[in-house]
Parts: sequence; C-alpha cells; structure tokens
Amino acid sequence: MTSEEIREAVRNILADIAPDEDLSDLKEDVAFRDQLELDSMDFLDIVMELRKRYRVQIPEEDYLELASMQSTVAYLEPIMKDM
Amino acid sequence: MVAVRPDEQRIVITGIGLAAPNGNSLGEYRENLLEGRSGVSDYEIRYFGKTLAGICDFDALKYQRRKEIRRGTRAGSVGIYCSHEAVTDSGIDWDNTDKSRVGIYIGVTEHGNVETENEIYQIKAYDYDTQYWTHHHNPRTVANSPAGEISLNLGITGPHYTIGAACAAGNAGLIQAVQMLRLGECDLALAGGVSESIHTFGIFAGFNSQGALAVNDDPTKASRPFDRDRNGIVVAEGGCIYVVERLSDAKARRAEIYGEVVGYAMNSDASDFVNPNDERQAECIQLALQRAELGAEEIDIVSTHATSTTTGDVQECKALQRIWGDKGGTTALNNTKSFIGHAMGAAGALELAGNLPAFVDRVCHATINLDNIDPECNLPGIVANQPRKLEKVDYILNNSFGMLGINSVVIVGRI
Repeated sequence: MTSEEIREAVRNILADIAPDEDLSDLKEDVAFRDQLELDSMDFLDIVMELRKRYRVQIPEEDYLELASMQSTVAYLEPIMKDM
Repeated sequence: MVAVRPDEQRIVITGIGLAAPNGNSLGEYRENLLEGRSGVSDYEIRYFGKTLAGICDFDALKYQRRKEIRRGTRAGSVGIYCSHEAVTDSGIDWDNTDKSRVGIYIGVTEHGNVETENEIYQIKAYDYDTQYWTHHHNPRTVANSPAGEISLNLGITGPHYTIGAACAAGNAGLIQAVQMLRLGECDLALAGGVSESIHTFGIFAGFNSQGALAVNDDPTKASRPFDRDRNGIVVAEGGCIYVVERLSDAKARRAEIYGEVVGYAMNSDASDFVNPNDERQAECIQLALQRAELGAEEIDIVSTHATSTTTGDVQECKALQRIWGDKGGTTALNNTKSFIGHAMGAAGALELAGNLPAFVDRVCHATINLDNIDPECNLPGIVANQPRKLEKVDYILNNSFGMLGINSVVIVGRI
C-alpha cells in the first residue's frame, strides 16, 4: 500500500469508530486526541480494526506511534508497503 | 379501603417514557391499544431465519450520538430513549435536579446474549481466534449495562443497577424504586424495564425447541392469549421507564400524577424451571392486595401476564379464579401481549403503562385476537376484541410472571 492508501485506510477506520466527527479538516501533525473526541477504548478500536482489516499486529509498546495521522502513516508504511 | 400512609411514604408515578412495537409515546401506544392495532410484524434473524417479532422504530439518535449507539447496546438505547421521554413527560426541572439523588432501577429478563452472539459471529470470520474478540465485550455484557448506559447518558450519579427477574422484571424495577424511595436511598427514580431480546437468535430458537414460539401467516394474529388457536409466544423488544417519586415531592412541584403504587408483591414458585404455578401466583396477587388493604372486588382492571401459551394462560386463569372466584365481579381483564407480543423484561412496565390512562378515560383496552376462547380461560371479566367503558377505574392490578418461577404483582391506584 502507498502512504496515501494507508492514510485512506486509517481515515476509514476513524470514520467508523468516530461516526459523529467531521474528518474533512483532520490535521496531519496534530494528535487525534486533540482534534477528535477519542478515548482509550477508541484507540483500542483503531488497533483492533487494523488487525481485523489488514492483519497488522501492533504491540502495546508501539501504541504511542498512533498519536496523529502523520505518525500513524509513518509507523504503518514499512509494515503495510507490501500489502 | 386502601392503605393510608403519610405522603412521604406514598410513591407516585409522574412521568412515562416508552418504546413499544406499536408506539413511541404513551399517547400513540394508548391510541393503538384502543384501536386494536398490533405491533407484530415479519422478522428474520441469522441462523433461525424467518419468524415474527414486535419491533420498535423509535429514533435512537434523538438522545444518543452515533458513537454512543455503536459502543453501547440496544437495551441501553431503549433505556436512554425511554428515560429522556419520561423525564420530559414528568415536567421536572431536570437541570436543577440533584443527580446524585436519582436512582435507576431497570428490570431485565436477560442481558448479554445479544452482544455475545454478535461477537462470536464476528470472530467466526477469524476462525474463532480470540485476539479478534472485542474489548467492548465486558462493558456491553455486564449485567448493569442497560442501567449504566442511562446513567452515563443522563449524567445521573445516584445508584444504578438492573434487576434480573425474567419476565417479571418490568414490575420488579418499579417495585425496587418504591422500596428505595421509602428507604430514602433516592429522591427520584427512573424505573421500569427494557428488552433487546429480538436481537438474539437464541431466544427464538429456544422457544421454538420448547414448542412455545408463535407461528401465523398473519403476524398481527400471532399473539393470541386465551384463544383456543394460540400456538406460542411472539418475542418483542421495547422498554418503559417511569419517573417515580414521593407524593410529598410530587405535590410540592405540582406534578401531574398518573397513579400511586398502592401495593406490590413478589414471590417464587419453587416448583419448576419453566412451568408456572397458579397457587404461588395467587399467593402473590393476594399479598399485593393485603399490602394495599384492598379486596379483590375493588380492583377495576387486571392487566394479565398471559403469553399466548396454553400452560401459561391456563395457569394464570386458575390463579385469578383462586382470588376472584368463578364470577369475577366487575373486575375487567385484558392483555397487552395480544398487541405487541412478549416484551420480556419490558413487558410488565409496558403493560401497566398502556392501562394507566384508564384512570382518566375509564376505558379498559381489549385483548385482541380472541376469536375462540379456550374454555379453561373463559373468565367473566375478559375484555375481548373491543375496549370496554367501565363505571369507574380506581385500581389497576398488573401481573408479571417469569421463568424459574418468579412472580410479581403491582397495584396502582388513581389519585
């Protein structure tokens, strides 16, 4: 997957777990938590959806890498590049 | 004569919010009960296939965000909708109500089956690998979940819990509220029952295996308590939550009062997992009458529990005969399940609610689909197919019985 495809995949997951949010103005370098109403259960949903949809396993110590769109895409690129 | 208590110990209903298969407000529901409109329709659920059910169409988004709905349960959505409607209906100044003094007491027949079935279905796609099992499982399936969702949504910080009481649960929730208000554990209660049961295939398959699931080419004719041609239960979803408070508080804020809970009782059959026991049911009714200090002849309407199964209907009729005798006096009997099916944990609360407007209009709604009465159910007071205008309606007695032999009776008086 290209970085743009990964970005779109993450955006689709966010749209499902935060269905009341407007994602059109989502800023790349700002933490999801600072611009969306997300809590720890929602972050676990992001991890679970990546596992379910793409079989990507994210170890707990790497959860902080999912803070923003920019950091998430950067983290997932090497993992998902061959998908 | 009814028992006399000080106003601080008299508990009254001042708000009603409901979601029924044939109405999303008391007014709509009552109108459909008087007009004979059923809420039963065709339904299909995975594994079991085509069947019938009482399905609600209230707007869950009226009081919840989409994320709340996604995270929570159907029972929670039903409870939240009904609670908001009840609070609004009560006219209470909610913004200035001390939320730490509000109690939430919600009757449920069961909880967690729907969520567990859904999650097992979902991990099937991952060959039952439990690392795909959702972290939402536990908060969704803890037994207090439907009451807890109400607490979260309305910001209520007083006690919340569910009362697991099979199909006696709707009455049990209300009874719990009466007791807690009398004990001073809260100043206002949201109480009643909810059911999400139609979303579990297990309840349909279970009743079917038991030979107790209704089948009919016309869904609206399928639920037919007391009728010779009945063949089982129609499962329904729904909810009914009451705002309940002390009479002294209701008077102080000049609230409109639907009625006073003048008597109640709960007991156990201790005789069978499934089959009811008319002797114990009669004892429960008698205990409620004794506590209310009423004679059976003073009850104007009995809202029966009958579920449209031969055993259940006949046993309840025997219980009623034990109390009222063969003649029945002037007490009218009706049955709401004939319209909406069996709403399980919500049944008792919904069935009482549909009758409360009779304190004002003195009309006892009918039992529909009663074409050929079972001779063993041919009680003189049954109001068959058409509503009946009564001379007076001062007291309504509401029966609700459940599996494992749990019985509940509530008596509400006009005020």
